[in-house]
Amino acid sequence: MKTPEKKNRSKAMLRDTAFLGAVLVAAVILLLIFPDKKRAVVSSSRGFFVEMIWILPAVMVLMGLFKVWVSKDTVVKYLGKTSGIRGISLAIFFGALPTGPLYVAFPMAAALIRKGASLSNIIIFLSAWACIKIPQEMVELQFLGLKFMAARLFLTIVFVVIMGMFIEHLIGWSGKEM
Amino acid sequence: MSMTAVVINVLTLCCLLFAFIKDSKKTKQALKAAVQSFFRILPVVLIIIIIIGLLLGFVPQSQISRILGKQAGFMGVLIAALLGAVLHIPSLISFPMAGAFLKSGASVTTVAVFITTLTMIGVVTLPVEIKELGKKMALLRNGMSFIIAVIIGLIMGLILQL
Repeated sequence: MKTPEKKNRSKAMLRDTAFLGAVLVAAVILLLIFPDKKRAVVSSSRGFFVEMIWILPAVMVLMGLFKVWVSKDTVVKYLGKTSGIRGISLAIFFGALPTGPLYVAFPMAAALIRKGASLSNIIIFLSAWACIKIPQEMVELQFLGLKFMAARLFLTIVFVVIMGMFIEHLIGWSGKEM
Repeated sequence: MSMTAVVINVLTLCCLLFAFIKDSKKTKQALKAAVQSFFRILPVVLIIIIIIGLLLGFVPQSQISRILGKQAGFMGVLIAALLGAVLHIPSLISFPMAGAFLKSGASVTTVAVFITTLTMIGVVTLPVEIKELGKKMALLRNGMSFIIAVIIGLIMGLILQL
């Protein structure tokens, strides 16, 4: 199980680094052709780099802590049997807490369906997982500001809950087959 | 160093200290994972930073706001939504990108729509989702996410008029 995953990772790493090299070369060539743009490009890139490098280690540490402390089994155990407002809040909470890309959450969601969790909670969990990650929110705060972050967070939660319930009813009406 | 960065770092240090007192072995494991993921994501971060720099340096602000700003109207929103749905970038990096677009003339609506579709919709991961959750649920979730992304963006544009 572990070796192919590791192999995939180093492959992705290699691909990213190669891509970085290509972008770097392209940038240097562009700036050699248009030297008058150099100052603007370098200063905005440097600005973003500085902003990013001050928060990236902290974000990574928080993600690491969550990853080690909140196991997949815990999430499935707690979400499988709750419903109502409590279920919705837990789905959002657990979706926002753990880390990893969305495709990690699909097998968890499948396990939740088998455990009898409601479809709306699973949709809410997946959506929260996708776009309300706590460490990620810090990056949003840094680059887009408190007002933007708060408004997006609030609206996302509201609409994700509505969407979860809507999809549950839609699938319920059209029969149980999936 | 901005105030936000200070707060984030202090908060993280507190969590780290607390975790260390509670279970130093688990915390070391977490730190190891953190270092690994830091280096794993670094190339992508640098790529995006260079692209942002080039974008801001070469594409005039008027051009960006023509395509993604207010005067682009609903077409701009649609472009942002489709771009977000198709692209496969870690959400962590989408925020600096969105910030750059916002600064250089894109509207709040297009930026919010872009972030929402980018994170919630995965065309690349759709096959996995269908396999795990069934066609009906996967397609409904992705399709409806597209619609609510546009709604969220439009409301955000109304609330945060810039």
